[in-house]
Amino acid sequence: MSSVLFDTPGPRARRRQVVIGAITVVVVAVILGFIVYRFAVTGQFSAQKWSIFGYALVWNDILAALARTLAAFAVGGVLAIVLGFVLAMGRLSDHAAVRVPVMLITELFRAIPLLILMMLFYYGLPTIGIRLTPFIAVVAGLTLYNGAVFAEIFRAGVESLPKGQREAGMAIGLRKGQLMRMILLPQAVRAMLPIIVAQLVVVLKDTALGFIVTYQELLYLAKFYGTQLQYGSPIIPSAIVMGSIYIALCLVLAGFAKLLEVRLRGGGRKGGRKGGDGDDGLAGFPTGTSVMRLANPDAGGTGAGGI
Amino acid sequence: MNVLLDNLDIFVTGFRNTLIMFFASGLIALVLGTIVGSFRVSPVAPMRALGTIYVNLVRNTPLTLIFFFFVFGYPKLGLPRADYIVLAIIALSLYTATYVAEALRSGINTVPLGQAEAARAIGLTFGQSMTLVVLPQAFRAIIPPLMNVFIALLKNTTIAAGFSVLDAGAIRAYLSERGEPQLVVLLWVAVIFIALAALLSWAQRALEKKWRLAR
Repeated sequence: MSSVLFDTPGPRARRRQVVIGAITVVVVAVILGFIVYRFAVTGQFSAQKWSIFGYALVWNDILAALARTLAAFAVGGVLAIVLGFVLAMGRLSDHAAVRVPVMLITELFRAIPLLILMMLFYYGLPTIGIRLTPFIAVVAGLTLYNGAVFAEIFRAGVESLPKGQREAGMAIGLRKGQLMRMILLPQAVRAMLPIIVAQLVVVLKDTALGFIVTYQELLYLAKFYGTQLQYGSPIIPSAIVMGSIYIALCLVLAGFAKLLEVRLRGGGRKGGRKGGDGDDGLAGFPTGTSVMRLANPDAGGTGAGGI
Repeated sequence: MNVLLDNLDIFVTGFRNTLIMFFASGLIALVLGTIVGSFRVSPVAPMRALGTIYVNLVRNTPLTLIFFFFVFGYPKLGLPRADYIVLAIIALSLYTATYVAEALRSGINTVPLGQAEAARAIGLTFGQSMTLVVLPQAFRAIIPPLMNVFIALLKNTTIAAGFSVLDAGAIRAYLSERGEPQLVVLLWVAVIFIALAALLSWAQRALEKKWRLAR
């Protein structure tokens, strides 16, 4: 194993690496062992605490909660993408009267914490007589915040295309709408697909915020089961169960994003689509300073903005 | 305006706790993230594996769930008692560190090959070439993504409100007991957050300008 940062190790370096590797494994094992030990000592593995998950009725509730999580994710995700399209078109508009207000709206929704947005809908609006269900509050929050993020992703996608694409479109007499619809957007969406899916993982993770505005999703149920005294308040077992479901869902979606990234990168090379700008690093995290600007709008490959 | 001025005590306490969490977690996440990021490019295979597993697992875990484990789970383990705000800081740090690590790793990719090669050619060890040559350049390249991570961290601190910390996100609950209109309270909180985020963006541009690499 050789890389930019180190040479292929010789015999002494290899010995040293084995020692350091062994120490790493031991340290991790000790930390994990300690956690498991504390779990065991405080009875987190006792049959009483886990017995609640032996009932079919409980699993029915868990499935219902999972359905609510996925419903918020699906509706919020789709609406956010739609809103993102609209906002991106606004920001790319030639008219300052459209561009500037849309830019302000986008920046605004990105600056307000998502939880505060959800609270505004759920606790704030009743002040002026509008009462929303937790579901609508969660979906509205997810849509506005992630819509603004998607808008930045689409815009970065369109702006990352070679200038010749736009010019060629104009040269053959396409109108602005046609140019966007037939030339720019298909390529931008294709280039940004891995980042779009990665942002959807963020949407899925953020549905867990619904727990705080009393949306009865998985964590809400975990808290509820965790306070059942007759089962010995199994808060850790229920967090483990619900947490595994959440993490599994996110990992599947993230794996899908990775798959898209790998496949698109392969296809992109052959066609020379991206004009070689920064395809070598992480996708969406273009290397080199000239394209750093593109990585800046949140999407920045690692989806930093949506954390 | 009255809502803000009449309840300045709660607003100040709330945002003070938010800022405490922000700076404490930001600092810990920066250090931890640098360590994890170095693990991910380390020559030692178990370290690389550890870094990869940690980053992939935690990045795909909702922050709310991490809070859940620390705030509700930790007190059940019979370990020394910890303040809610300390537990919140730990949760935020562990989560944010993965994003710092990823930003750093992509920053390392932007350092030209020749730099690392030159470092090795003059006989620097892995640790030396990282700390003396690669990381100082990588950090400059990742100021924009890193600041985005910190802006996200600032916003994420509000989640602690759901876990018994009197931070900016909890101002609403306290003031609703005083009978203030919640919409106004929440709008004030939002306005202050927008101002703080703008401040961070400004810092980002300033740092970028100051530490720009001539290349």
